[in-house]
Amino acid sequence: MTAVTDILHLLFTANLWQATLAAAVLLLLPALGGVISERSGVVNIAMEGMMLTGAFFGVVADLAWHNPLAATGVAMLAGALMATVHAVVSIQFRADQIVSGIAINIFAAGLTVFLVNRIYGLQDVGHVGQSELIPYINVPGLDQIPFLGKVLFQQNVIVYAALIILVLTHVVLFRTRLGLRIRAVGEHPQAADTAGINVFAIRYGAVITSGLLSGLSGAFLAIGISNTFVPNMTDGRGYIALAAMIFGKWTPGGAFIACLIFGLGQAIYDNNSIIHVSPYLLSMLPYLLTLIVLAGVVGRSTPPAADGLPYVPGSE
Amino acid sequence: MSDSQAIAVDMRGITKQFPGVLANNQVDFSVTRGEIHALVGENGAGKSTLMNVLYGLVHPDSGEILINGKMVHIGGPRDAIGLGIGMVHQHFMLIPVFSVGENIMLGREPVTGPDFFDRARARAAIAELTKAYGLALDPDARMGDLPVGLQQRAEIVKVLYRGAEILVLDEPTGVLTPQESKELFGVLRDLVKADKTIIFISHKLKEVLEISDRITVMRRGKVVGHLITKDTNEEAIATLMVGRAVLLRVDKAPAKAGEVALKVDNLTANSDQSVPALKGASFELRYGEILGIAGVEGNGQSELMEVIAGTRRASGGQVLLAGRDITTMDANTERDAGVAFIPEDRRGTGLVLGFSIAENSILGRERAPSFSWRHFVLNLIAIRNWALRLVKEFDIRTPSIDVAVRNLSGGNQQKVIVAREIGSNPKVLLAAQPTRGVDIGAIEFIHRQIIKERDNGAAVLLVSAELDEVRSLSDRIAVMYEGKIVSIEPPDAPEERLGLLMTGGGTRAGAA
Repeated sequence: MTAVTDILHLLFTANLWQATLAAAVLLLLPALGGVISERSGVVNIAMEGMMLTGAFFGVVADLAWHNPLAATGVAMLAGALMATVHAVVSIQFRADQIVSGIAINIFAAGLTVFLVNRIYGLQDVGHVGQSELIPYINVPGLDQIPFLGKVLFQQNVIVYAALIILVLTHVVLFRTRLGLRIRAVGEHPQAADTAGINVFAIRYGAVITSGLLSGLSGAFLAIGISNTFVPNMTDGRGYIALAAMIFGKWTPGGAFIACLIFGLGQAIYDNNSIIHVSPYLLSMLPYLLTLIVLAGVVGRSTPPAADGLPYVPGSE
Repeated sequence: MSDSQAIAVDMRGITKQFPGVLANNQVDFSVTRGEIHALVGENGAGKSTLMNVLYGLVHPDSGEILINGKMVHIGGPRDAIGLGIGMVHQHFMLIPVFSVGENIMLGREPVTGPDFFDRARARAAIAELTKAYGLALDPDARMGDLPVGLQQRAEIVKVLYRGAEILVLDEPTGVLTPQESKELFGVLRDLVKADKTIIFISHKLKEVLEISDRITVMRRGKVVGHLITKDTNEEAIATLMVGRAVLLRVDKAPAKAGEVALKVDNLTANSDQSVPALKGASFELRYGEILGIAGVEGNGQSELMEVIAGTRRASGGQVLLAGRDITTMDANTERDAGVAFIPEDRRGTGLVLGFSIAENSILGRERAPSFSWRHFVLNLIAIRNWALRLVKEFDIRTPSIDVAVRNLSGGNQQKVIVAREIGSNPKVLLAAQPTRGVDIGAIEFIHRQIIKERDNGAAVLLVSAELDEVRSLSDRIAVMYEGKIVSIEPPDAPEERLGLLMTGGGTRAGAA
């Protein structure tokens, strides 16, 4: 019983929810990338690899330039570069998108380890100085609100950015011309093409955007929350983001709710020292939640009709 | 040049080679402004390729295109739209989860602010168009909820919204009820009055004769005839299309109906979406007769066939085969009991596309003693001999029986299924859309085979979306509407009456 009361007690601390939001954002960025990519009809399971690549190059750039902003940009570009590979392979060459995604994830894991050895030898990558990390900023005034102030307004810059990107993604997808076209391409590329929409351009844009967002999340992980690169440090987060996307039925808002749930699991695990239960059990929590969700607790969710189908112009 | 005689579309010497097929071979095609011009030909004759060239979806290897007398290059649909060419595709280019308004506007959306989709202006633009051409539509309805006729109307409005002067309609009546087709023809005549030019692609010759001014006939990638509609007839066009004289009418002796073979009593079943699709269908089918089921697609015909065939579970009611309850039997047991099934989706459920003709020819019968030893080891020699026999008897055009059926034409794929099912000497033959997407020549052949089965004493249950097919093959017609048999009609019942019954009107008590 103590474990349950411990967790209940924990649920009423602002610290836990502050950590939950941060952990959720780490998942939210790649999840939003996934939403955008798959809404355009390209299955993207490569967020893990794009995140990891972003994390690595973010650290490399930050160590070299001592500029977290520039390093974040490099991380996003690295993610986008990986995404471009996925785009070329799956859009241009119409390869199987799952296979391409898996290949990118394995390639990213190998590439980063190889480069760590190559650049830094067998020692550690090295640590980024405190002042060169992506900063935490308290929003003046608002951060003093009891409980909520700590949860919402004493956060990393990336958290604020992610929340803005969340709203923006929703608005763009469902209120703008661009969003209408992205969704049209993902539902029925032939219809979009005959309406004069450039299917390839939209799909490239969407996939590369997913890379930018995953790279951003990688930067947050490596030079925001942490201060170094460790091989395989993303630890499956790209896959959990994928689950969040499906849980959220390919909508930004839904994905966010899913990320909060997974983030809560992560935050509880991170506070395992004050819970009298095996940390190994707790560490399974986010993954267990993912399985339960994927097993259909939230009901069937239907992907965009043309998700995963390469477009061949002139085909029916 | 006088306006009435202006040439709207002039395609000259269009040639397009696809791997293994010369889809268009020096095709000349010209359409006068303000006419309805029919383009006819069998599947694979090159009609779609020619129109895809005109719409910029396919780039020809050689040839030139003049629109309104000016030489143009059409690099993609955008160019075509810019030239005032609009296409209503056979498979609608509509997004079911989008609203009617979003579908119509797609690609030319009114925007406000930075990039916001302007719903109000979209609504106004659609209202204006629908008023101008008398095409009522609710812009806020979800496209997927509309009946096919209205979806097609939305396609036409979509094309008009893009400023089309030349409209290409690819097999527009394939999915329509007779009433909807009539409405469509009215719309087309109104459009011509508004000085639009219409290219009408079809293989339904009756309609072509009814609606068009001139006809271009294609066969095997070439134009084989230019005809003036009022000076020609069905037989002449069909002969040009197929390259030999074709028997359009089905010749058959009167049915000698025997005992009741199949008794369907108050049968109910759910669709794939778990909603009731079959809502208490009842009828009797006798040996030696063909009972045709007429109905607009989606009124429970598919479910009815599947329940009888044993591939879908009934939620209530009974199916009796010669007095024996087979309602809950699986497909395998039913096959052993003498029920053969030609499913409507030949690529999805009728065939294993990657398998050879020989392998497909025994699907469902692979456990029969003649094809296997103790249900376990296949007797390949017997299977090959069987397949060779079917290929010969059913005129399946293939280089060998080892060819994967994926590589056969639609007509020959269908013949493989028909051969397999009829070849098993069934007592009851369930034929769902037996000639869908099949050429005239193959249709003629399949029809003859079905009638032969009937004459051999089999009971045939036929479902077809083509009312003409139901009328010409059936000895009795059962009209299906919303999951029920609403009436049993004689084969010579007027088309208007059947059309009315199919859409829920005209039922009289005691008609059955």
